[in-house]
Amino acid sequence: MNQFENELKNGKFVCSECPKCNKLVWPPSDFCNVCFGSVKWRQVSRNGKLVEFSKKDNTIFCIAEFENTIRIMGELETRSKIPSAGQDLELVKCNYADKEEFFFQLS
Amino acid sequence: MKRVGIGGFGLTKFNKDEVSIESLMLSSIKSLFDNSTNLTQKDVDVVLTSTNDNSKYLANIMSELAGISPKISHSVESLCNSGANSVISAFSYIASGLADVALVVGAEKFDNPGLVLEWDMSRGQYKHPVYWSSMFTRAHMRKYGTTMEDLAIVSAKNHKNALENPHAYFDKEYSVEDVMKSKNITDDVRVLDCSFPCNGSAAVLLVSEEHIKKFTDCPVWLTGLGQKTISAGFTKNEDLTSMSSTKHAASAAYKMSKKEPKDIDVAEVHDAFSICEIIELEDLGFAEKGKGHQFVKTMYDTQNKKINPRGGLLGSGHPLGATGIAQVAEISQQLQNKAGKRQVEGAKVGLVQNMSAAATSSTVLIFES
Repeated sequence: MNQFENELKNGKFVCSECPKCNKLVWPPSDFCNVCFGSVKWRQVSRNGKLVEFSKKDNTIFCIAEFENTIRIMGELETRSKIPSAGQDLELVKCNYADKEEFFFQLS
Repeated sequence: MKRVGIGGFGLTKFNKDEVSIESLMLSSIKSLFDNSTNLTQKDVDVVLTSTNDNSKYLANIMSELAGISPKISHSVESLCNSGANSVISAFSYIASGLADVALVVGAEKFDNPGLVLEWDMSRGQYKHPVYWSSMFTRAHMRKYGTTMEDLAIVSAKNHKNALENPHAYFDKEYSVEDVMKSKNITDDVRVLDCSFPCNGSAAVLLVSEEHIKKFTDCPVWLTGLGQKTISAGFTKNEDLTSMSSTKHAASAAYKMSKKEPKDIDVAEVHDAFSICEIIELEDLGFAEKGKGHQFVKTMYDTQNKKINPRGGLLGSGHPLGATGIAQVAEISQQLQNKAGKRQVEGAKVGLVQNMSAAATSSTVLIFES
């Protein structure tokens, strides 16, 4: 299990970052995909924006974007608002059971 | 670079029978030998296997079972575009002069492990392909006004085309209304908007120009090839209304063959979901961006079989490793004027588009008679 998954298990969404290139390395990896230098791990901002969404049964799932770089899919809680692409949202919960899980809420 | 053509093909009926991956592959190899005049095992110097099955050493196992001792043999795996990618590998061996005759066989079982890319952590808990296709669909509807009825027409058209394909998994016609009423899996994708995983096998023979006359009187030449991978993770797709990898692959294939979209008479495109065909028609240059649905409707209304004459993935079923090779077999038959009731009149230039994992990778091939 890598650092990304370990931190997710503790409810922390972290990403690899290359200190030399000063960029996030997503998907998470041990080495920078530009210079192959060693990465450092840091927590990702919990504030992002909604890119796209759809619904299965009563659950809305979506693509959310963080720090203008990281796009992930997860479940969206709309708080009874009608979602629309581009809206602000926040990551409210993440986990790793047998796979990664992300839960967002419209801001 | 040597000229390379298709010297023969072998197909079997797509189904859900309980058989081994080796049996599936051998059945289409047998069909290829049955169909190919003068082909003997000694002629074959490359054997490539295309599959997502977990079996190891498969190209060598298939070589032994088929009585072939090839110079070069290995498997090619790239999820859904394994098939067209293995054709590119075979082309490269022949074009470079390393070999003259390559047998490419693809097969998949309905429960294969290639349906879900577990590695892609960016998909979170939504790893099944229906989720990315829902995102593509919703984005295209919002940006271009594509409707659920437009999507239903894609599926109805391809299921109808598949009725004339004896190897297709489906043998039932579905009306636009049937698709509209089929069960919603998500708000944006219904069950009949999805291609079905099934068993299937397909084989093609690629041959150098010097040797091809031995096997066929009407070779079909592979004149344009393009392949592009933008990422492996779905969420690297910047624009969900477009398939960037397909655009790149098509551009390379058109350039190599000195053809343009208007020159293509018949095409097999990767309609894993209804929305895929609409986006692909736009990105391959057959329709203006945002007008893919109109192109499909015209095809359907006029019973024009130019796009997906064998029924595409929606009508034929989608045995991943076999799909790209079955597409090549169809275009070969079309350009040889041997496609029977599926024949597109006077087809001389054909195109195959095969993609994988939410269009993170695409392959485009252009053929000429």
